Order: sequence, then structure tokens, then C-alpha cells
Amino acid sequence: MRVENAEVVDTFAEAFAMWGSRVIVTAVSPAWVMAAARAMTGFATSVIGCKCEAGIEHELSPSETPDGRPGVSVLLFSMSADSVGKRLLERVGQCVMTAPTTACFNGLTAEQEVAVGGKLRYFGDGYQIAKFLDGRRYWRIPVMDGEFVVEDRFGLKPSVGGGNLLILGPDLPVTLGATEAAVAAMRQVPGVILPFPDGIVRSGSKPGSKYKGLPASTNDAYCPTLRAFAPATEVIPEAGCVLEIVIDGLDLEGVTEAMRVGIGAAAAHGALRITAGNYGGNLGQYQIGLHSLLAV
Amino acid sequence: MKLVFHHRPEVPIEAEVITPEELTGRSESEVSALPLQYGNERVPLGEFFRVSGRYEGEIRVEGDLSRVKMIGSGMSAGRIVVDGDAGMHLGVGMSGGEIVVKGNAGDWVAPDLSGGRITIHGNAGHLIGSAYRGSAMGIRGGEILIHGNTGNEVGNAMRRGLIAIGGDCGDFAGVNMRAGTLIVLGRLGSRCGASMKRGSIVSMQPAPLLPTFAYACRYEPLYLRLYLLHLKRLGMSVGEGHIEGRYRRYSGDAIETNRGEILLLDA
Repeated sequence: MRVENAEVVDTFAEAFAMWGSRVIVTAVSPAWVMAAARAMTGFATSVIGCKCEAGIEHELSPSETPDGRPGVSVLLFSMSADSVGKRLLERVGQCVMTAPTTACFNGLTAEQEVAVGGKLRYFGDGYQIAKFLDGRRYWRIPVMDGEFVVEDRFGLKPSVGGGNLLILGPDLPVTLGATEAAVAAMRQVPGVILPFPDGIVRSGSKPGSKYKGLPASTNDAYCPTLRAFAPATEVIPEAGCVLEIVIDGLDLEGVTEAMRVGIGAAAAHGALRITAGNYGGNLGQYQIGLHSLLAV
Repeated sequence: MKLVFHHRPEVPIEAEVITPEELTGRSESEVSALPLQYGNERVPLGEFFRVSGRYEGEIRVEGDLSRVKMIGSGMSAGRIVVDGDAGMHLGVGMSGGEIVVKGNAGDWVAPDLSGGRITIHGNAGHLIGSAYRGSAMGIRGGEILIHGNTGNEVGNAMRRGLIAIGGDCGDFAGVNMRAGTLIVLGRLGSRCGASMKRGSIVSMQPAPLLPTFAYACRYEPLYLRLYLLHLKRLGMSVGEGHIEGRYRRYSGDAIETNRGEILLLDA
């Protein structure tokens, strides 16, 4: 199957069941919102080494936030609900509460919830104040610029992580341009994030290693410099570069939609071949077929 | 279901039966036969009200009901709209649902309130959202919105919930307050927050404060934005200056735990 000049391989992305949450961060200005959000989503590219995957979903205008100030929505994913809860506590506490003028609200109504403000309140050392408004509880924690307002409980839901696209191009500039275009298109899809730096990972991995104890190692099948002798190369002769996009979403529909629009954008910007990574269907709970995404 | 008040009583009526729970599933004749307390007698509701329709989620009560007490007593769901004035003890013990009064309300609006919302488009009397005499605790939840003015002792001993006054309120607002939030868009009377333990009293005007309240700082209270935006969505006259404004914070009452706060908009 071809889209524009790109061959779309008849394969599937193997995705995993994860747990996800949505956090709304507000502040006095967009600049301070982004400072807090970037801190919160930093070092959160992969659960392999970072315990969670997080990213900025959307910027929010003042009319879209609970307190009428500029904001963003942040999505955070991990392998278990317990882990999501711990990461939220760590990151809201260390990265959002610390940033000047911020407030933090739950952005996901869900059956399962975890206490975030309900635990951070103890930072108030007894001076914290609870407020209950319209069915939600908030904590006012006295801090040096006034008060940090944080919602008591945050929703969690079963989510999907590890959707992916591998984009092959003739060289680095074209491949990067095609992948950047894909990222820009995919970022418009609600409920998903692309957890790697600005959405792109250049050091895609495979499970296992020749070195005992390493859980993952370079995806040699997609390394162009190894094409001549790699055991099972997937790099076509015309390709000089491969870049990957990983997608996490609050539901499968968001992940598949992001992959679909990503394929179209990458193909329209010079990709030669678009494929996806999987483990033979032996690990993940979801198989997202690339051709099924494009079927009319 | 519509109840039209057609006969002004010589003494006040206690109309605890005017609630969704009592009217659900009843025919017009059955509702007309429900008992009202009229002085030392029990009389059928039909003696004072013309009943029409069936209850399907809303009760409309029309007329000057300023002498009709306890409308909405104990209700937990549904909606009552009073197209006129309402008497004392409106919504006593209410735990859910909504009461809207297009006119004024008497004293003692919603004692023992624990949930739901009462909106008075006119003025209300004294002891709004107040604990009954001898009770240590006032309202435990819910919302009372008064678009006009109120009398004294609003929110006496309130434990949780929200009371918002669009106009001025009288003396001793928030007396004995334990928690919750009282927002006055007009002026507070004297001795507000007397003996308050916790909770928040907010006013958009300067207010005379007891000497047991100490000034803390001027700041922009983030939580207050949530409340003011909520009230604005409910139709109260909240302006941008209120939402974006800086407030002077006073802590008190020092004769209690000193953990209460009075916030006054800094002009």
C-alpha cells in the first residue's frame, strides 16, 4: 500500500495496556504554565528508565481552565494505577507546586481515583485549608508566594501506550522533516501524547541485549550504518535515516487516530517507507495494523 | 406540578409537605388532601392552594407565600420554584435538589442544610444558613445564593458549604463559623466572624473588624477564583475586578483557633 510516495508496510504496532491520567496546570502566564509543565513532563520519555511517560497534551486558554487563568493539560502514563499515583504525587509536588503562581487540577473524570492533593496537603504542616466546592475538594497549601491550590483526588483510567510509527527517509534532513510534520499532525489529536523529546525518538530499542542484565538495546534492524551486515535489517537500500514516534493515549481510539494522521503527514513530506515496531504479538495487548488504519 | 396560593392566611402556615418527596406519584386530589399546619389546626392543602398537574421533576408555587413556612423541608432531590415571596424556614434540613425563589425570603433560610442549592432572587431575612439556637453546628453543605440583601447572623456556626450574598448583609455574619465559605459582594455589617474557628468570609467592600482579627498580607487568593467563577456562572454579579483582584487577609478570631480568615477586596 502506498500513500503519496511512501510505502506503508503491512504490519502492526504492538501496544500495551497502561494507566493514564490528565492533569491541568494553570499559572499567572503561559510562560509560567510551560515552565511547570516542562518540569513535570521532563525525564518521562519511557517507562523503561523513567518510571512513567508524560507529555503536554494541549495548551488551554483561560476560558478552558477551572480558575480562568492560562493553562495546559498534561497526560501521564505508567504500567500500573499505583505507579501513576506515585508519579503524580512526585511530579506535582516537585515540579508544579514549586513553580511560582501555579495551581493544579484533575482533568479526568474516572471511576478510579488517587489522592494527590490529599497527600500533598501535609506539606502545609497543619496550616493547610480544605475547600469543598461543587462536588470537588481542593487543598490550599500556604507557600511563599501565597497559596498552592491543588485538587484532592485525580482520576485514572486504563489507557494504551506504545503505539508507534517508524519513518524511513532518504537522509536525515528529509526524514526529520517528515517526522516533524507527522508529530505536528498527531499533536492535534486529543487524549494522546508523544513522550519522547519533541515527539521523536532516534534511539529506538529492541528488547534484550547481548549484555546480561540490559533490558533493551539499539534496534539494529533499523540502524542504517549496520544495514550491510545486521542479522535482519529492515532498512531499505534507498533509506539513510529512520526515526520513530511513540504514542500514548487515554484510549485506543486516540492512539489509532494519531497514527493514522501521522502516516498521512509523514508520507506527504518525503517519507520513503512507514512501518511499525512489534514483538510478534507476544507481549502487547493491542495490535494496531497500519493498513487497517488507512482502509476506507 | 403547579400550586397556586389563592387565600392569604390569618396566621402563618407550616407547609412541610410541599416537597418533591411528598408530591411524587400523587394525583391532584391526593396532593390537595395533604395536611398543612394552620395555627393549632391541620387543614388540607387544597384549602389554600389550587393544585394542577403531576410532579415530574419540578413544583411551581405561585403567590405571596411570605406567610408559608418550611417549603422544601427535608427535600433531597427535585426542584421547587416559588414565583413570589417565601416564608421562614425555607428548605430546612434540605440535602439535595434545588429551590428557587423569584421574590424575597423570610428568616431562617435553610437551617440544617447539607446539600443542594437555594437561590433567592430578592432579599432574605436574618439567620440565613444558621444553626438553630442550642445547636453547635450550622449548615454542613450545600449552597445558598441570595441576590439581594440579608439580615444578621448569616452563616452562624456554618460547618461547610457556600453562602453568597449579592447585596449587603447585617451584623455578625459568620459568627461561630467552623468552616465553609461566605462571600458578600456588598457590605458586611459589624462583628463579622465573631468567634469563628475556621472558614472564610469574603467581602468586596471595606468592613469594620473586631480587634481580635490581625492583618496578614495582600495577595491574590487562587481558590477564590474558583468560587467567584462558580457564582458568576450561577448568575451572581461577579465582576472581573473581583476575580482578578488583590485581597487583604485577616486572621482570626484570636479568641478561638485563629485559623479563620476574612478577605477584603483591596480597592
